[in-house]
Amino acid sequence: MIDRTTFWTVVVVLGAATYLIRFSFLGILGNRPLPLWLVRALRYTAVAVLPALVAPAVLWPPATGGEPDPVRLATVAVTVLAGIFSRNMIAAITAGGLTFYLAPQILSGL
Amino acid sequence: MPNSRKAFLKGAAHALPFFVVIVPFAMLFGVLSSEAGLGPWETQVFSIAVFAGASQLAALQLMQDQAPLLVILATGIAVNLRMMMYSVALTPHLGAAPLGIRATIAYFLVDQSFALSLAEFDKRAELTLAEKIAYFFGTIAPITAIWNIATAVGVQMGRAVPESWGLDFAMPITFIGMTAAMLRTVPHGVAMAVSVGVTLLLWAMPYGTGLLVGAAAGMAAGAIAEAWGEKS
Repeated sequence: MIDRTTFWTVVVVLGAATYLIRFSFLGILGNRPLPLWLVRALRYTAVAVLPALVAPAVLWPPATGGEPDPVRLATVAVTVLAGIFSRNMIAAITAGGLTFYLAPQILSGL
Repeated sequence: MPNSRKAFLKGAAHALPFFVVIVPFAMLFGVLSSEAGLGPWETQVFSIAVFAGASQLAALQLMQDQAPLLVILATGIAVNLRMMMYSVALTPHLGAAPLGIRATIAYFLVDQSFALSLAEFDKRAELTLAEKIAYFFGTIAPITAIWNIATAVGVQMGRAVPESWGLDFAMPITFIGMTAAMLRTVPHGVAMAVSVGVTLLLWAMPYGTGLLVGAAAGMAAGAIAEAWGEKS
């Protein structure tokens, strides 16, 4: 169960912080140049945060009691390969989803 | 102002095909937040207040895992830091607009409206400020409508989705698919590998703090790899 005080704090603070990030240069800072190191680091925020957030659940899924699961590992491998080769997020997610549902049936049919 | 109207309609037409990305993503958020026990209004307010799907999903999972508040906020904010780049990149085009307009644009600065607008403004240097503003709001009209409606539909589906569908794995697939499609350069790959590696190594650290260290290390590694690539 999600604690409601935590939830509403997250809604207000994350909402305000996200707005300030979007407003920052457009609204206040204008055409000021950013330091090069900051430009570089900002470029990699999404690829650093998103996969790390889910990596533990891939290796040690709560749904299997923390045991590594061949279906989930195969799903991730297919998703990554499809994404790299297609450069298309929807194609990657679709390929991963199909693997996740079809792999158990293929494995049990062997 | 017929030119502005034309620009608005063009923006809307360009944004419409993105429904294939937005609908499943918004529905997933609606389904998962409903399964996490959030009510329809709570989910919708969350979505309207933050309006950034990846950070909403991230915060939702961490809240379910009972992570500390500061970790939830830091992770959600880190996911959205990329939008500072969007704000920087659009300032030369829209910085001359009145403050009220810029403040409104800022709220609607999402991945798709940014990518479409920057591409259009760069391609057509002759656009006036009024036309650029109209184009931006044109892109955002279908995106905002589709995002909120699909979220509501997901909420309604939420409790009807059986556990056997394995939705626990929908978010990992979504985030990994998004990341894989973004791996355009070697530094992107380095950033991802270092971040994931460090996070897994630090998995024993109190909940979520390993992720923040790993993400920071990944961002730094990406920046360093990029600097090396330029030197050689």
